[in-house]
Amino acid sequence: MAITSTTSDLRVSVSMAGRASLATYERSKARRRRKERAIESVLLLAACVSVFTTAAIVYILLKESLVFFSNVPLWSFLTDTQWTPLFDDAHFGIVVLLSGTVTSSAVALSIAIPLGTIIAIYLSEFAGHRTRETMKPLLELLSGVPTIIYGYFALLFVTPLIQRFYPALPGFNVLSAGIVMGIMIIPYVSSLSEDAMRAVPMSLREGSYAMGATRLQTALRVVVPAALSGIASAYILGISRAVGETMILAVAAGMQPNLSFNPLEPAATITAFIVQVALGDLPHGSVGYQTIFAAGLTLLLLTLFFNLIGYWMRRRYREAY
Amino acid sequence: MAALPPRADELRAIIRAHKRWDFVFGVLGLLALMVGVLTLVALFANMAIDGVPRLTADFFTSFPSRRAGQAGILSAWVGTLLVMLVTAVCAVPVGIAGAIYLEEYARKNWFTDLIEINITNLAGVPSIVYGLLALGLFVYAFGFGQSILSAGMTLALLILPIVIVTTREALRAIPQHIREGAYACGATRWQVVSHHLLPYGLPGILTGVIIGLARAIGETAPIITIGALTFIAFLPPLPLTGDPPAGFFDWLFSPFTVMPIQIFNWTSRPDPAFHQNAAAASFVLVFMTLGMNAAAIWLRYRLRKNIKW
Repeated sequence: MAITSTTSDLRVSVSMAGRASLATYERSKARRRRKERAIESVLLLAACVSVFTTAAIVYILLKESLVFFSNVPLWSFLTDTQWTPLFDDAHFGIVVLLSGTVTSSAVALSIAIPLGTIIAIYLSEFAGHRTRETMKPLLELLSGVPTIIYGYFALLFVTPLIQRFYPALPGFNVLSAGIVMGIMIIPYVSSLSEDAMRAVPMSLREGSYAMGATRLQTALRVVVPAALSGIASAYILGISRAVGETMILAVAAGMQPNLSFNPLEPAATITAFIVQVALGDLPHGSVGYQTIFAAGLTLLLLTLFFNLIGYWMRRRYREAY
Repeated sequence: MAALPPRADELRAIIRAHKRWDFVFGVLGLLALMVGVLTLVALFANMAIDGVPRLTADFFTSFPSRRAGQAGILSAWVGTLLVMLVTAVCAVPVGIAGAIYLEEYARKNWFTDLIEINITNLAGVPSIVYGLLALGLFVYAFGFGQSILSAGMTLALLILPIVIVTTREALRAIPQHIREGAYACGATRWQVVSHHLLPYGLPGILTGVIIGLARAIGETAPIITIGALTFIAFLPPLPLTGDPPAGFFDWLFSPFTVMPIQIFNWTSRPDPAFHQNAAAASFVLVFMTLGMNAAAIWLRYRLRKNIKW
């Protein structure tokens, strides 16, 4: 009798204790789930910072540019041939700054694209393993040097060097800045092109060699056409890097707005103009303050345009293997 | 009548011509590489020859001055260090957290695509646009002023894509069975991340952070746009020093200068003695940048050795 009651007592007490610990377990599971969800939302917030940044860039540039365009008509912004925003008789022709950007980018890309492509083809098709492993870090080094040092190099080494052969060159000119900028962009073009070429399957090359082609013929007629979308996007990246470059041009090309496509003269690019105004005083709401945002908006639209072209070319011409 | 097939020696002549072109292109490739190498050599030699004689202890402990012989980079390198501190504190947690979300938690929907497109886009935005963003947002809208805090946050946004991309690669390199084993033992997703993935991914993440910081050290344009002044002859106030004693965070809001801006200022002057100062400061800056890159590679190698899977 006593045992049965003890057993039933025991069973009752065990089940009551069991239910209590089940409840505790359920509570701790709910707590852990809440904690997990909180952590996930914190991580999501961190990931959204990039979206906020883009939104903030667009918002700030548009907001200040709208103030600018309420004072300066868009038509004169696009067609005026003088850029004198800080004078009493102010002219706001963005074409002047664009000519500087176009000239410097043209000089830079005329160096970076041929040399970058040749280096990429050489490293991917011709060079041995040891050469490639030594050269790739060196090229990365080339792109890792801070651009202000390239500006110093362009102003104080390249310009005097060119002046020895062509004494009429002014101290500030777009040519030496463009040359140094081109050499700086070579690694961007060459490493992306080389990655694109390495992605081409070996079987295509082997087929070409089996037909008796030399390495150059294989490279030019089989590998490069197959890797064309990657190579084109490397070029586009080079272009957008050249357009957005600031310090080399601010130091070595002078900051004198000049509507000319002659690289042997000083010129100001969009980016150098922003630096020039920022070096002075920028009270909130002043003319200079608004002008740099309008210039910045132009720059952003330009780079966005090139990025979109690069993206479209990659989508359109990508070869699937 | 059909043409006769080319004779053997004609064929050999064609093949020889093609092989000659091959050789010519090989030479051309080497020459192109030499352009890059020679530029690097000329750059370093020029900086070393002009700048190294100037690298005395005084150079590191003096403020800039109107007299070239007495000018130094004290305010510049202290400013660089402080700005890098703020950049690291802002960029590292946000970047790693964002990368963890994108790799481990995100579902495949349009919102995730939007985030990824934004990150790719931001990597291609010119650095001066970040400076404009900072000017409008941090300096004026938030009211942080032209201070170390604004500069640090701007550079943090600049290197955020780098940190996110390298962290994602580090996480992706971890084999799936580690995650599966942890889930099989009943771990929650955060436990898997914090107990398993982050420790294993630490070498790659650290490498990415150091590479990002090495990039941020050399950035001049955004910091000029914020309004870092080029002639700073004082240091940001250390906490609890000065009269009245500076607060703990007063240094965040103080005017400042950084190494690239000091170099820019000295390069822009016509006096060749200042150019020598610029060369010396450039040498220090390149040394810092290369040192950080080398440290990143070495660290990745060392930490990677202990991992066996």
